[in-house]
Amino acid sequence: MREHDLVALPGGREDAASGRDLAHFSDEALLALVSRSDDLALAELYDRYGRVAYGLAVRILRDQTLAEDAVQDAFLTVWRKAGTFLAERAKPSTWILTLVHRRSVDLVRREQRRRGDPLESAPIAATASTDEEAALRSKRRVVQEALRQLPDDQREALELAYYGGFTQSELAERLGQPLGTIKSRMFTGLRRLRDLLADAGVDVATEF
Amino acid sequence: MTSHDIHEQAAAYVLHALDDDELRAFEEHLVGCTVCQEELESLRSAAAAIAYDTDLRAPPAQLRARILDEARAESSSNVIPLRRRFLAPGAAVLAAAAACAAIALGVWASSLSGSLNRERDARRAQTQALAIIAAPGSRRFALDGSKGALVVAPNEEAALVVSGLPRAPDGMTYEVWILPNGKALPAGLFAGGPDRSIVTLTRLVPRHAKVAVSVEPAGGSQTLTGQVLITTETA
Repeated sequence: MREHDLVALPGGREDAASGRDLAHFSDEALLALVSRSDDLALAELYDRYGRVAYGLAVRILRDQTLAEDAVQDAFLTVWRKAGTFLAERAKPSTWILTLVHRRSVDLVRREQRRRGDPLESAPIAATASTDEEAALRSKRRVVQEALRQLPDDQREALELAYYGGFTQSELAERLGQPLGTIKSRMFTGLRRLRDLLADAGVDVATEF
Repeated sequence: MTSHDIHEQAAAYVLHALDDDELRAFEEHLVGCTVCQEELESLRSAAAAIAYDTDLRAPPAQLRARILDEARAESSSNVIPLRRRFLAPGAAVLAAAAACAAIALGVWASSLSGSLNRERDARRAQTQALAIIAAPGSRRFALDGSKGALVVAPNEEAALVVSGLPRAPDGMTYEVWILPNGKALPAGLFAGGPDRSIVTLTRLVPRHAKVAVSVEPAGGSQTLTGQVLITTETA
């Protein structure tokens, strides 16, 4: 075999080392750099979304080691598949959080961990720069306010599915409702949440 | 299940609340349903937004370093020969290979692992192929017609690694053939696609055998009838 067949295109390390200020790059631009093996761009995406990702994984998995595994798997998938994902034209942050969620749910089902128990309190991050911290807290407020406006049964179905890692059938059993009711609650609730976020001036397609 | 019901599954889909069978059924539906395709992205964004309703947590500092180290290691392994890349001990390599799932029409969310069953099947197949590739004394033969290699272990088990071959057209598949003495025997199917395909052959590959890849109708043929795209020969 000719060795040059196996030699990949040069990565973006040289570019990355040239000292650009990646903080001003959009998520999409960072992802494009990641697809060219620019590790500093991956680091920047991690710095933007690592804390939300880790908070999500810990809340689902209730185990810091497993949560680290989920976050690591997700970001390495970003590293490997960025080029493929770019063609999908969805938001990078949505992709990252979807990967973390998927991995966490897989792990929680595999581990058959007890779910739904209150989580022991853990330190809240205070390491972010003020701007990032403020932006994240602002997003959090908007989402919490939107969730609060959902009917209780819809919010409950969404939160148990999302944070509990339950399948819709498990939810039906747990809540003592027909499966069709659970499906409708999740569907109606998620559409409503989307519209509430849009009403709040947050275009979920661009902000999240 | 009524059509209305299956559209509603879009929410459970983006919340990862479908079991394996439901997931498969919905993804089959999704491929042909423009209504669901159009709504999927906004529902997915809304679902991801729920993640912000969580206490922010500083991940351990070593997690960042671990992710970046692993990424750099994978990246530098892209520029060394295939053989060394696949000899690298590896969960990461296996995971990368298992992640080579279909990514189209918004099905990417499950590309990380898909259903656990499919992931297990894919991992088993990949593990088998990687064991052949990594076996001490295995031999590697270049391909005519494509990037990649045929790797034959000392026990004559073989794996075919092909990259850069476009996905087989609808209704067609790639089929591997072994021609030990001129007669073509079917030895495995694969779909091709943007990712590297790694196929464990279903027959042993002896010395001085020709191996070929042709395009055949989906499901494969028993006799070689399609166009031959790739050939190689063992020594």
